[in-house]
Amino acid sequence: MKVLVAVKRVVDYNVKVRVKADHSGVDLANVKMSMNPFCEIAVEEAVRLKEKGIASEIVAVSVGPAQAQEQLRTALALGADRAILIETDEELGSLAVAKLLKAVVDKEQPQLVITGKQAIDSDNNQTGQMLAALTGYAQGTFASKVEVAGDKLKVVREIDGGLQTLELALPAIVTTDLRLNEPRYASLPNIMKAKKKPLETVKPADLGVSVASTLKTLKVEAPAERQAGIKVGSVAELVEKLKNEAKVI
Amino acid sequence: MATLVIAEHDNATLGAVTLNTVAAAQQIGGDLHVLVAGSGCSAVAEAAAKIAGVGRVLVADHAAYAHQLPENLAPLVAELGRDYSHVLAAATSAGKNLLPRVAALLDVEQISEIVKVLAPDTFQRPIYAGNAIATVQSSAPIKVVSVRTTGFDAVAGEGGSASIEAVKGGSDAGLSRFVGEEIARSERPELTGAKIVVSGGRGMQSGDNFQLLYRVADKLGAAVGASRAAVDAGFVPNDMQVGQTGKIVAPQLYIAVGISGAIQHLAGMKDSRVIVAINKDEEAPIFQVADYGLVGDLFEIVPELERQL
Repeated sequence: MKVLVAVKRVVDYNVKVRVKADHSGVDLANVKMSMNPFCEIAVEEAVRLKEKGIASEIVAVSVGPAQAQEQLRTALALGADRAILIETDEELGSLAVAKLLKAVVDKEQPQLVITGKQAIDSDNNQTGQMLAALTGYAQGTFASKVEVAGDKLKVVREIDGGLQTLELALPAIVTTDLRLNEPRYASLPNIMKAKKKPLETVKPADLGVSVASTLKTLKVEAPAERQAGIKVGSVAELVEKLKNEAKVI
Repeated sequence: MATLVIAEHDNATLGAVTLNTVAAAQQIGGDLHVLVAGSGCSAVAEAAAKIAGVGRVLVADHAAYAHQLPENLAPLVAELGRDYSHVLAAATSAGKNLLPRVAALLDVEQISEIVKVLAPDTFQRPIYAGNAIATVQSSAPIKVVSVRTTGFDAVAGEGGSASIEAVKGGSDAGLSRFVGEEIARSERPELTGAKIVVSGGRGMQSGDNFQLLYRVADKLGAAVGASRAAVDAGFVPNDMQVGQTGKIVAPQLYIAVGISGAIQHLAGMKDSRVIVAINKDEEAPIFQVADYGLVGDLFEIVPELERQL
């Protein structure tokens, strides 16, 4: 079966971001960018399905600026067969991305779409669910285990109290949680090979999708700073402070 | 203008987070209705009717809603949502699963994890793992919003007297089937609602060593959490994870033991009132946010702490 994986270019997870002085957003100039960690897990899961002989083709897709080609090349180096970049310089919201992905799903007709559960920049946790709604497919969100059995998909999901197991009809949408797998590193030969794999670029307008937004970011601020605390010398001092100064125990 | 709050529940009891979601809805203003969708959920509807400030409780009782599968539930919520200016749910795993599907069916953008209501169309929400706070304004006809429950104080669960009305509908989309679940049972308070949280990280070295934290937690009546490192190492189950991708907590007291304080973890606990860090590495970033820091070997400090409490 064909598997579609969506990947997003985001600020690297180790970077401590700074808010711009004019409060228009976060300063991303000269900041290290990477593939969103949850998307890496999505790619890895697709590649594992291919290694098991379940997936026949893996198509990686990204919505983003021209530089998002780097993240698609990474996906190709990890084992995706070809890639599609929906190129836009605008920062799109989840609904617009879901609509663009829907257009790709209509064209490619994958049996399974894997996305990350959330991007670590916007922290929305929406796109997979929205894509499921638009396509009318079942959704297996926050997946920590995925098994294909015939025309069904068994998904173990991470929920607040523990784990939940669902059986979904294919085609379906899965969003990855951290525990789904441990992504591999791309080897140098695979990185070289990835340069020759096909990467198609399209514009949102080519897909007939309007990306107009009803959401406006008025301001981005730094969160309230916590006051620097003190170091205590002993457990007795700590307990005394918690009891008498902070009054929390 | 009216707001629909989707109740969180397990068909028998109303989830406490619903009270925080109602608090956010009250700040938006207007009439306030609560939807209880489930199977055999009349006790939940009665509990929801007692929440202070709720005008009406809509009950959709149908086998197809038993496990709140979004494929079955989202069409109902979207249908009902058309009559409201706002549709709200708690940003829990259930709310996060359902709400974006509802928003897409309504063809509106969703706003995730608000921590403040500035106006009925303007909200604040953290982005970049809580390292920035965005103020967003929505011109969508229906505002679909998930609520970070630690950002809003719960309203009273008693004193209200809402009317209870049954909602028609209910069909199985046939796309998904509930197979089973494994719920971790614990005597300790629930992590997101606990007044005191004791969390362990990679420094705990093994799952067995978490017993040290459990003993301290039991003396304090605290919940026990963990960093992603401790979860990934298999020390504890993942529903104990505190962080950007785990649970968000804001207790009165948070005690971080053997946790370095990565961005991911801080995102989940830095709104705690008092933070205590116990770590042998003096340079650990956790000390930059801790009100009280104690540098030393946790295997000596934690048992000592237990004795002195």
